[in-house]
Amino acid sequence: MPSHLPRTAALPAAAILMAVTCSGTLAQKSYDTGASDTEIKIGNIMPYSGPASAYGIAGIIEAAYFRMINDRGGINGRKINFISYDDGYSPAKAVEQARRLVESDEVLAVFGPLGTPSNAAIQKYLNLNKVPQLFVAAGATRFGDHREFPWTMAFQPPYQSEGRIYAKYLLAEKPDARIAVLHQNDDLGKEVLKGLREGLGDKASMIVAAESYEVTEPTIDSHVLNLKASGADTFLSVTTPKSAVQSIRKVAELGWKPLYIQGYASASVGSVMEPAGIENSQGIVSAYYAKDGSDPQWKADDGMKRFYAFLADYAPTARASDISVVYGYGAAQTMAQVLMQAGDTLTRANVMKQAASLKDFVPDTMVPGVRLNTSATDFYPIEQLQMMRFKGHAWEMFGPVIDGHLE
Amino acid sequence: MSTVQEVVTEAPVIEDAIPKKAMALGPVASLVILALLIATPLFVKNFIIFQMTMWLIYAIAVLALNILTGASGQFSLGQSAFYALGAYTSAILMEHGDINYVLTLPVAGLICFIAGFLFGLPALRLSGIYLALATFALATAMPQLLKLGVFEHWTGGVQGLVVTKPDAPAILASLGLKVSQDMWLYYFTLAVSILIYIFSVNLLRSRSGRAMMAIRDNEIAASAMGVDVSLYKTLAFGVSAGITGVAGGLGAIAVQFVAPDGYTIQLAVALFLGMVVGGVGWLPGSLAGAAFIVFVPNIAESVSKGLSGAVFGVILILIIFLVPHGARQIAYGAQGLIGKLRRN
Repeated sequence: MPSHLPRTAALPAAAILMAVTCSGTLAQKSYDTGASDTEIKIGNIMPYSGPASAYGIAGIIEAAYFRMINDRGGINGRKINFISYDDGYSPAKAVEQARRLVESDEVLAVFGPLGTPSNAAIQKYLNLNKVPQLFVAAGATRFGDHREFPWTMAFQPPYQSEGRIYAKYLLAEKPDARIAVLHQNDDLGKEVLKGLREGLGDKASMIVAAESYEVTEPTIDSHVLNLKASGADTFLSVTTPKSAVQSIRKVAELGWKPLYIQGYASASVGSVMEPAGIENSQGIVSAYYAKDGSDPQWKADDGMKRFYAFLADYAPTARASDISVVYGYGAAQTMAQVLMQAGDTLTRANVMKQAASLKDFVPDTMVPGVRLNTSATDFYPIEQLQMMRFKGHAWEMFGPVIDGHLE
Repeated sequence: MSTVQEVVTEAPVIEDAIPKKAMALGPVASLVILALLIATPLFVKNFIIFQMTMWLIYAIAVLALNILTGASGQFSLGQSAFYALGAYTSAILMEHGDINYVLTLPVAGLICFIAGFLFGLPALRLSGIYLALATFALATAMPQLLKLGVFEHWTGGVQGLVVTKPDAPAILASLGLKVSQDMWLYYFTLAVSILIYIFSVNLLRSRSGRAMMAIRDNEIAASAMGVDVSLYKTLAFGVSAGITGVAGGLGAIAVQFVAPDGYTIQLAVALFLGMVVGGVGWLPGSLAGAAFIVFVPNIAESVSKGLSGAVFGVILILIIFLVPHGARQIAYGAQGLIGKLRRN
């Protein structure tokens, strides 16, 4: 009997020894909820129904992108299980869907939820539960606040950066400009205006007039009249498509010829420039970070060739000219990059860490010169915009890529 | 006259088996449902508990609409406005005033009662679809009013307000009970729901309730009998708005967030839908109606993502077609069946 004792005691010791050597040689394969040897679960929330359903296509494209990744063998040998739910653009529903993703489907991370109200509603919950809320499809500044919300990361340039970039452009090109601003009375309008003021700094008096309007106002004619009366020679229109079209038309109708800057939220050729009239839109200036899918100048571009090939195979009914289609592809590609970087350490903390260590990453759909960079203190991946001018039927780029970095 | 009136007064197939004023469930059925509501959360995940909390909250809001439409015969598509007012009242008191969440609910209810009562005054001159349109205007105006720059310091403007979720009282932990935030909030909501349900049932059985129903059935006859028509009509508006406000306050606490976009006309339509599906004028139907608006969209989505709206529509049409009186008809049918079995 006594001879048995040392042997049984030796077993656990051997097990411990083996565990130690294994973890040394197999290089830390560790998983959090939602990841395993064969699968990574990624959650998503989109307004497939309701007032913002036009953007829902981004979720369909993202799902198609991950399907393509899976057909090619997945990421580091693991398939992506992309679970996307509809919130109808309602914050209350978004909270329910986020909780379902985290508590019922047990996803590793929530990726690309769309809309400022929905994201603001789930931000606290996800941060409290330490679930990554990655590449938020909304431009409010709060989604890149790494101190307050270490589990939330933005994607597109914050609205404030956009304003700063216009300020930089104007200070360089037209330092004596008298600026009139038409802006929507919401986070988009207010934050672009704030960025513009900050960017102009002590020259903020260049802004001679600013008018806000409600998105539901049937017409914005009177605002344009007031702005023209201010004697401005530069017009910044921070608007959503319907009002953008109206304001381009009204400015042309009045015979007013300011330097016309159109915020990129409504710089789409198909849904703004053409309805407003190609004639009226000539010479309008804007800035954007992604390529326009319908622009012939990208026909020979390697990145866009991959994008078109993807659309042909995985989403043949989607229109390449739709900004949300281009957006979904770029965002999904960035998410895939983060998962690739995370390797076999698929913990929520590591996913967040990798998202915050993007180095000069360039998705296929970015304009040349725009690179995605993040760090532990920079949670805004895209902060550069390329200035462009509307000429003929397309946007023509000019000047360098401008940086609107926020602290 | 209004369609609601027809729906309410038209006798369901087996109506003669039940006393006409039965707007509540019998004691046995009530106890069974209550027992289920109390026991279920002990066995399910927090996420389901959260869904059940939202279910109860919407049930309160549907019940409020039921008092207005089912009992006093007035239409409203503006309930989302009162829901929003209640939600913001609770949120602002909690976040800016540091007031305990329990105390914010009566305040939300009171403010909404006053708002509803005042809105009921001009609404007196309108009836049927015209009243529906006036309340519709209220619902469309509300999200924009909440965005106004004047109030932005308190409302947070378009960005909304984040609300802190209350913990379970410390006394439960000291008793050795581990109650999660979700579970606590659920039981708290359940308690509030029961209080409101008992209040509503008693209200409708009282003199005031009978007066409201008399107005619903025939306004002229009611006034000839000495019912103060304008008083009771506005009172119904006020009570309904007040209860909706309490639901809104609870909703803000459960979702932990208020923003203007959360309280659009869609919410008002959803509540209206819940009332019709539950059975107009039948208070327990509010639970069924709320279950419909909380769970059926998820079912529709699981059938088809791209066509979730269409699937939802098909389900709705089927319900209206097969059981036009909603859950009430099913409940009465079941009751009739049980009665028949007993007799045999």
